[in-house]
Amino acid sequence: MNNNKLFVASSPHVHSPFTTRRIMAYVIGALAPAGLAGVFFLGFRSLIVIIACILACVLSEYIWQKLMRQTSTVKDLSAVVTGLLLAYNLPPSIPIWMAVCGSVFAIIIVKQFYGGIGCNIVNPALAARAMMLISWPIAMTTWTISGVSGATPLFYMKDGIINSPEFPSVFNMFIGNMRGCIGETSALLIILGGVFLIYKGIISWRIPVIYIVTAAILGALFQHGGGFHPIYELLSGGLLLGAFFMATDYTTSPMQAQGQYIFAFGCGLLTALIRTWGGYPEGVSFSILIMNITVPLIDQYTKRRALGEVKEASRLNKLLRKLNRRKGKEAAK
Amino acid sequence: MKLPLRLKERLASFKGGVHPPEGKSLTEHKEIETYTPKPGGEFIFPLSQNIGAPCSPVVNKGDRVLVGQKIADSEAFVSAPIFSSVSGTVKEIGARMTLAGSVDPCIVIEDDGLYEQAPALFDVKQKPSVNDYIKIIHDAGIVGMGGACFPTHVKLSPPKDKVINWIILNGAECEPYLNCDNRLMIEEPEAIIEGLALVLKIFPKAKGIITIENNKPEAIKNLNAKLAEKKVKNITVVPHKVKYPQGAEKMIIWSVTKQEIPVVPALPADVGCIILNTRTVYQIYLALTKGLPVTERVISVTGDAIANPRNLRVPLGISVKELINACGGFNYNGYEPVKILGGGPMMGISMRDINVPVVKGTSGILALSKFTAHLDEESNCLRCGRCIEACPMRLDPEVLDKLVRRREYKEFEEHMGMNCIECGCCSFICPASRHLTQSCRDGKAAVMAARRKAQQASQSSKPESQAAKK
Repeated sequence: MNNNKLFVASSPHVHSPFTTRRIMAYVIGALAPAGLAGVFFLGFRSLIVIIACILACVLSEYIWQKLMRQTSTVKDLSAVVTGLLLAYNLPPSIPIWMAVCGSVFAIIIVKQFYGGIGCNIVNPALAARAMMLISWPIAMTTWTISGVSGATPLFYMKDGIINSPEFPSVFNMFIGNMRGCIGETSALLIILGGVFLIYKGIISWRIPVIYIVTAAILGALFQHGGGFHPIYELLSGGLLLGAFFMATDYTTSPMQAQGQYIFAFGCGLLTALIRTWGGYPEGVSFSILIMNITVPLIDQYTKRRALGEVKEASRLNKLLRKLNRRKGKEAAK
Repeated sequence: MKLPLRLKERLASFKGGVHPPEGKSLTEHKEIETYTPKPGGEFIFPLSQNIGAPCSPVVNKGDRVLVGQKIADSEAFVSAPIFSSVSGTVKEIGARMTLAGSVDPCIVIEDDGLYEQAPALFDVKQKPSVNDYIKIIHDAGIVGMGGACFPTHVKLSPPKDKVINWIILNGAECEPYLNCDNRLMIEEPEAIIEGLALVLKIFPKAKGIITIENNKPEAIKNLNAKLAEKKVKNITVVPHKVKYPQGAEKMIIWSVTKQEIPVVPALPADVGCIILNTRTVYQIYLALTKGLPVTERVISVTGDAIANPRNLRVPLGISVKELINACGGFNYNGYEPVKILGGGPMMGISMRDINVPVVKGTSGILALSKFTAHLDEESNCLRCGRCIEACPMRLDPEVLDKLVRRREYKEFEEHMGMNCIECGCCSFICPASRHLTQSCRDGKAAVMAARRKAQQASQSSKPESQAAKK
């Protein structure tokens, strides 16, 4: 026989080409255009913030795992995604040392303390942003566009003065020519990236679509911005970025379809509430963080019925089964 | 009896499942060739070739046996006899390694190369009566030849109160790479239709259905042509969507009849179905019309590490090594095999050694190089939910995996873990390469072991408790 070793293992013996690394690479690819728009509209400094965040995340993961004598998971690119998402949630004028502190916090405290990839209970990038917003409130809310500072659309909406000449037009909001965080301004490119991920099967449509629709409609119904403005609601702040890239984070969102509906609705509701009546103008990060910690509970209560399982049926299930049985009877005839 | 409407409108299928790389093109268009072994070779027949009771030998060392002569049998109901596939002398009755890597009792026969045929199972000139069919099927040693090896006569004797509405011939062959059933349907559609018609005689009220995945247009065409030619009314060919595991029993029942099999101990007969593999039906045809027992089968010897993949008709008991050599041996220059499998890549068994015999349930021999075989190491679960979407039984593999690793077998049962069909979809799709299917297997084995133990304990404690009452 040949001199090679034969491997003996439990089946299956072939594997889908989708690996963790590949998924992360797709997410990075989908995120890239929005970041480029940020650099283009908000200034070159955005690029430095992005690079600083990515480097700080990757290095802190590498060093931490070396110190803890764990196998390094840097190669799976998840730290790059965290760094990218954190940078996208920071204003372009943020001091670099603050961005680095945020990155280290995201990777070590939020991710590695809980056991590394797949084990964190909240989204690392969002938790880091929340920490930074509380620690450095002024630096985190200084918005510049091409070096000129001013307020974001959400500030105007909070105060109900959207008729101000400073308020960007819908077109500018759509392509990303407005003040805001590095990665959240260009609705067009975020939607493109999100649709790419849905098309590739990396994320499902459920969370982003339900989240965005709920937040936009409820925000408008709550008269946020002093009137019915679902389009502004949708295009301003981090709603699109959060819905497509943060709320869909595998680890911190429910696994079953039914759970994802509940999760996305919860995110939308909380976002609208915080935006309209909360202390901050933006509510996306807090609403996702709050919903993140409800995920174990949601997962527990949304177990689907296995094929052939007979359990205490809900009214809907009883009806469906009755219909199925009728189908079966027709088939038997 | 009418089929559900949707079957006519679109391809039948089920929820969940995966699309593994097909790899069928390696042997798809290669005709079945009969492989004649060199005389003097050893043929090994493991005594346990079916689910249920193993057989005991009915020949002795030194006896001369003929092709088709019974060499092992059992009194038990759930069991099927074993036949010699060559003529020669019984060299040894002893332990040999089998495909799964365990060392089991086997009968070893030295081939004299003469192929002297033993008499048929019954007088072929007289057509057997329908009442004898099941007995002949048992006497021919027919088991589920798709790999499960459940004795067919048991399947065909459902409890009296069950009404059988459907006899489903499973020609889905959803396992990647394998083509033995496909080629059989292409080359001998008449025998297969005849075989199914014979089974339908046992259940006159039932309707025959042939399920084929849609990637086998030639087989579908040939079968349909034969059905039209012979004007068979009670058999329909139903093309299915190409998706793994389309050929799993419960998936077929769901696709065809939209019925779920209630829980684990329930059988297809409970929902009025009997499902037979293509080769099994072919074997029924051979047994009932020609009086031939199970002595040979078609095997796809394939994979990217095989120099010259072929579909071979081989006598059972032949060594895997000889078949691989007959197909030009292994590839070299980078495509050396790292895994050699008995069966398909999704549910096949990986071999420790290739000096093992082909048995009734071996549908293929597959040699995979490092480019196709899966060798990645496990990493952390991402909770991406792909396993949940892929599971055709609608289980939650990620949760079951965690429970088994924590040895919480009670919760494993509560989460319907015993319903797992071990199809391998979850492990196939998992981006972190977690061994989800393996965990479910472990969990099921542990629960079964605990049940057996409890049963034994209750049996041994019964007399004591009775004594205590007195």
